[in-house]
Amino acid sequence: MATNKTKSSKPVIEIKEMHKWFGTFHVLKNISLGVNQGERIVICGPSGSGKSTLIRCINRLEVHQKGDIIVNDVELTGDLKNLETIRSDVGMVFQSFNLFPHLSVLENCTLAPIWVKGLPKKEANELAMELLTRVKIPEQALKFPGQLSGGQQQRVAIARSLCMQPKIMLFDEPTSALDPEMIKEVLDTMIELAETGMTMLVVTHEMGFAKKVADSVIFMDEGEIIEQNDPKNFFNNPKNERTKLFLSQILNH
Amino acid sequence: MSTEMYKPGSYPNLPPPPGTVGFYGWIKSNLFSSISNSLLTIISVVLVYYLIDGIIGWFFFDAVFDADSKIECRKIDNGACWAVITRRVGQFVYGFYPEAERWRIDISFLTMFIAFAPLLYPDLPKRKWLLWFSGIYPFFAFVLINGGFFGLAKIEYSLFGGFMLTVILGVTGIVCSLPIGILLALGRQSKLTVVRTLSVCFIEFMRGVPLITLLFVASSMLNYFMPPGTNFSILVRVIIMFTFFSAAYIAEVIRGGIQAIPKGQYEAADALGMNYWQTTRFITLPQALKISIPGIMNTFIGLYKDTTLVVVIGLLDPLGIGRAALADTKWNGLSTETYLFVALFFFVSCFAMSRYSLWLENKLNTEHK
Repeated sequence: MATNKTKSSKPVIEIKEMHKWFGTFHVLKNISLGVNQGERIVICGPSGSGKSTLIRCINRLEVHQKGDIIVNDVELTGDLKNLETIRSDVGMVFQSFNLFPHLSVLENCTLAPIWVKGLPKKEANELAMELLTRVKIPEQALKFPGQLSGGQQQRVAIARSLCMQPKIMLFDEPTSALDPEMIKEVLDTMIELAETGMTMLVVTHEMGFAKKVADSVIFMDEGEIIEQNDPKNFFNNPKNERTKLFLSQILNH
Repeated sequence: MSTEMYKPGSYPNLPPPPGTVGFYGWIKSNLFSSISNSLLTIISVVLVYYLIDGIIGWFFFDAVFDADSKIECRKIDNGACWAVITRRVGQFVYGFYPEAERWRIDISFLTMFIAFAPLLYPDLPKRKWLLWFSGIYPFFAFVLINGGFFGLAKIEYSLFGGFMLTVILGVTGIVCSLPIGILLALGRQSKLTVVRTLSVCFIEFMRGVPLITLLFVASSMLNYFMPPGTNFSILVRVIIMFTFFSAAYIAEVIRGGIQAIPKGQYEAADALGMNYWQTTRFITLPQALKISIPGIMNTFIGLYKDTTLVVVIGLLDPLGIGRAALADTKWNGLSTETYLFVALFFFVSCFAMSRYSLWLENKLNTEHK
């Protein structure tokens, strides 16, 4: 796929020498990363390598202790006002969907636009229906999440995030909790989203997805970014030994 | 002989074997599945028949519904002597509320259902308008029952009694304790140390003390703590104690519900940019309250029945009225009838609450609709 790295000069996400500890355990070590407007980044690595924690730091679901994270020119600090601005600009999709089970699919999508952004109910409904159509489940709008399949639930979760009209989307292992036959429908939705030029950070083990849409692939291990490269070079000619080992483990079975 | 051959993928859906489903199937598998089981069924039916025959006779066919005294009852028939109830039904319902003013209680009671309907049934048509009535109902009922405004005669609290007293104490306690319980549950989970400590202290104190102690405090000691000159009635003091007591229990029930909500729900709400109060209102409480319905209803029913404890501080609840009736030489010794009647009243109210909570649980169940 074509890369737009040259297109934008100023990064929308800038992480500078960031560290994070869980108690005394050093989870993220000296992370520096810049993400440009419209860039699609896939993060992979063995479990426990800190990849989920890294993207959860970007909307401050996890708090970092050292270094800077700047999103859309706003620095992430304890300031609640900044935090709310950033969170309404950054959408997130979780491994376990985290839909609100007591609300209908439509209400799941309209709740935050109405109460956080102050969108009138009618407009929020229209926007939600438009996005549910985009993820191809407008007919499920009045059902409850518990009545949908895993793949449908994850697509609702994507639509719910998009309803906030975010500038950046974070995906935390979006297909790991799905049955094999449902993975494709979610990946297709994500590919379509990538084609609209959305800035995306995706933690995933789906290497096919990485090859197809990523501008850049990051390999993490033990809290460090070991290697970052464009997908072609990353897969065909990894430089680091640990990357080679990881790739040989997940690709050859 | 079902050895028919089907092509793979074309096997039809067959009906289940006969006698395994439907009414006949149920009878067969539950009542007559084996010889010993069939014997048990027959013996039980015979036993139940004799029991019910005797009970129904005592309750209805051999019972006396009107007489001047117990002795007269016994002269007429040997069943229950319901005359003790029918002769004093006014007292059982209204206590010593003046007879000429009892219409005020009737109206308050009937309109209470209109006030509750929109709160209990969210799908009611014209709900928004009815909610306005629910909002003004407490003032409306207070004015009507208490009097002292608009030319209505003021009625002393000491005249309140009977089922009316139970309903006033129970309903007020229930309605007030739920919001306080919710706030306490949230307070106990709060990140603010002061709020959390106060909530924990309140809950632990209220749960750690027997209700009857609190009622004694309400009746005797509470006035010492008040500034001199304030004299608010024993009824209000008792209601406050009931409310606080059950609020503490409800807080713990709801806290259980809050803790049952998966962490992912909060993360999703956070990621969407919702703040604490938005998350609490739209995500936490709807789910926590739904999970807590059985526990909350348990506490409500407990509170409702505990209102009979006010008899120890001299308020005439239905049991107090019953005792007064039994103290009358005319009705001496009819405690079975009296207490059964009071029990029936409580059973009907509590059973209704329990059915409502089941209905609500079903309605809110969005998992497998």
